[in-house]
Amino acid sequence: MKKTWLAMLSLLALLGLLLLAGCNKKETSESQPAATPSAAPTPAATPIDQATVGSVSGAVKLDGAAPKAQKIDMSQDPACKGVNEAENVVADKGGLANVFVYVKDGLGNRTFDVPKDPVVLDQSGCRYHPHVLGVMAGQTVQIKNDDPTTHNIHPTPKDNREWNESQPPTAAPIEKNFAREEIMLPVKCNQHPWMKMYINVVKSPFYAVTGPDGKYEIKGLPPGDYTIAFVHEKLGEQDQKVTVGSKESKTVDQSFKAGGM
Amino acid sequence: MLRSRRWAASCHAAQLGQPGLVEAFKKQIGFWAKEHVLKGVTTSYNRPHHIFAVFTACFTFLVIMAGASVTSNDAGLSVPDWPTSFGYLVKVPHFVGGVRFEWSHRMVAGSLVILTVAIAAWTLLVEKRSWLRKLALAALGTVIAQAILGGMTVLFLQPPAVSSAHAALAQTFFCIAVCIAMFTGQKWVEELPEVEFDHRRPSLFTLTLLSIVVLYIQLILGAMFRHRGMSWWPHVAHALIVAVVLTWTAVRALSVYSKIEAVRKPALIMLSLLIAQLCLGFAAFLTRVAWGRDAVQPELPMVISTVAHVAVGALLLATAVVLSIQVWRHVPVAFAERVTGAERTPQAA
Repeated sequence: MKKTWLAMLSLLALLGLLLLAGCNKKETSESQPAATPSAAPTPAATPIDQATVGSVSGAVKLDGAAPKAQKIDMSQDPACKGVNEAENVVADKGGLANVFVYVKDGLGNRTFDVPKDPVVLDQSGCRYHPHVLGVMAGQTVQIKNDDPTTHNIHPTPKDNREWNESQPPTAAPIEKNFAREEIMLPVKCNQHPWMKMYINVVKSPFYAVTGPDGKYEIKGLPPGDYTIAFVHEKLGEQDQKVTVGSKESKTVDQSFKAGGM
Repeated sequence: MLRSRRWAASCHAAQLGQPGLVEAFKKQIGFWAKEHVLKGVTTSYNRPHHIFAVFTACFTFLVIMAGASVTSNDAGLSVPDWPTSFGYLVKVPHFVGGVRFEWSHRMVAGSLVILTVAIAAWTLLVEKRSWLRKLALAALGTVIAQAILGGMTVLFLQPPAVSSAHAALAQTFFCIAVCIAMFTGQKWVEELPEVEFDHRRPSLFTLTLLSIVVLYIQLILGAMFRHRGMSWWPHVAHALIVAVVLTWTAVRALSVYSKIEAVRKPALIMLSLLIAQLCLGFAAFLTRVAWGRDAVQPELPMVISTVAHVAVGALLLATAVVLSIQVWRHVPVAFAERVTGAERTPQAA
């Protein structure tokens, strides 16, 4: 009786370990094809008359005094020699950087070609470059490691598949894509816990990320009524409505209150 | 059967406070203790076995602290593969950042599996108490289940339910290891238990069981909060219930049964640990939730306070389990039994 119980216990443990080992292999094999284009036929892009397109540009401001940048302690890895300041709120002379600006509404049922060129996310100085990234759903994100240390790339999405892969210093770039629209999808490195960035996955090519001066520009918009969303990782989202006429360049500025942090 | 009825009748007499019968009752206790405890134990105290069991329990505490450090440093997924680490079972990786915590945790946890196999095998070889042999096997089963949960945490990218189960099972295993250490101890094996009946309701034993239940619920709520499966407030709100129940239990034990050392000591330790744990919980709340909400990385104060909170929580749960077992042994619940007329005067018969 005792031997049977022991045998059962051992068998269960073995089965559990085999199951886990199987899961590990599955995760690895599934992660690779994720970068390849989907087998399902993508609908043809809706034609846009390039002769009529306009643009939206402007500046995003931070109302009030910018908070002092938080210090990062990189001493736990001697290979990390980057700038020791956090990028969660970067504001210079009132201009707010790293705000993701995109056309949230007004494009109707239009579809758009997914760019063939990958969007590059670089790990350098134990930081992500850029800190905020825009990409179209299905477009390849190429992740490079220019540091002399190992990183792990771990997106924690709500609507897309979560994954976690390590990337040694000399490893080839990792190529991934995200199938579903998702704004401010966090990406982190568990080896260097200060390393955080955000990927924004959208269905249209009409998006931009504000630069250090807070400025942005969205080009090639067909005439129409749109809702422009401004999203910041700490300060949240603010929307504005705008009508773009034929060949018209509209200026849409936005401001966030510093007290909202 | 007859012995048990005599026992019950004696207990009843003692409860009634009849002087002649109380003497008989005291004799009966000695008789019962020798018959059921001393003669029942055919195993003798095995010092090396006990020392190894104590070492295993202490090592488990170390593994719990290592695991808590992994969570507090947000390093759980810094090694993405399992059971290997960056493709190797034991090769030391580039020892930087989160890898230091995760890899160290894996190594000490792996060592604990070996220790548990050893203590289980040793117990099976030398121990004659069948229930203790079963407990040692349960420890082995628990540590294997714990390893599987640890693997699932890594491979399934830390689902809150799995990570919380991993945290809760760790402390369950710690309690088992502490119990094995206690049951193999000289006091447990050789002492004649000092027995005092419990007439109060709820009984002290019920209170100790209630303490374990509320502590275990608190452990799960805390683990769910730490692993982002729940907000902080259920853990904080339930801390009030834990404080009330544990204080009630400790005060009852200390005020009524302070003569019994085996009950007094764990009750006193439990009360001290409860105070320390409430202070640490407050510190962890301040550093992690109130001040550390926008921290760009885990800071030293929040790591120290949360690891200490987990460690003292494990000690508190284990102490509550020890207290419960000692109360069960030393403070049995008095009961009244309906006896027939013929059996009411067993001395005269």
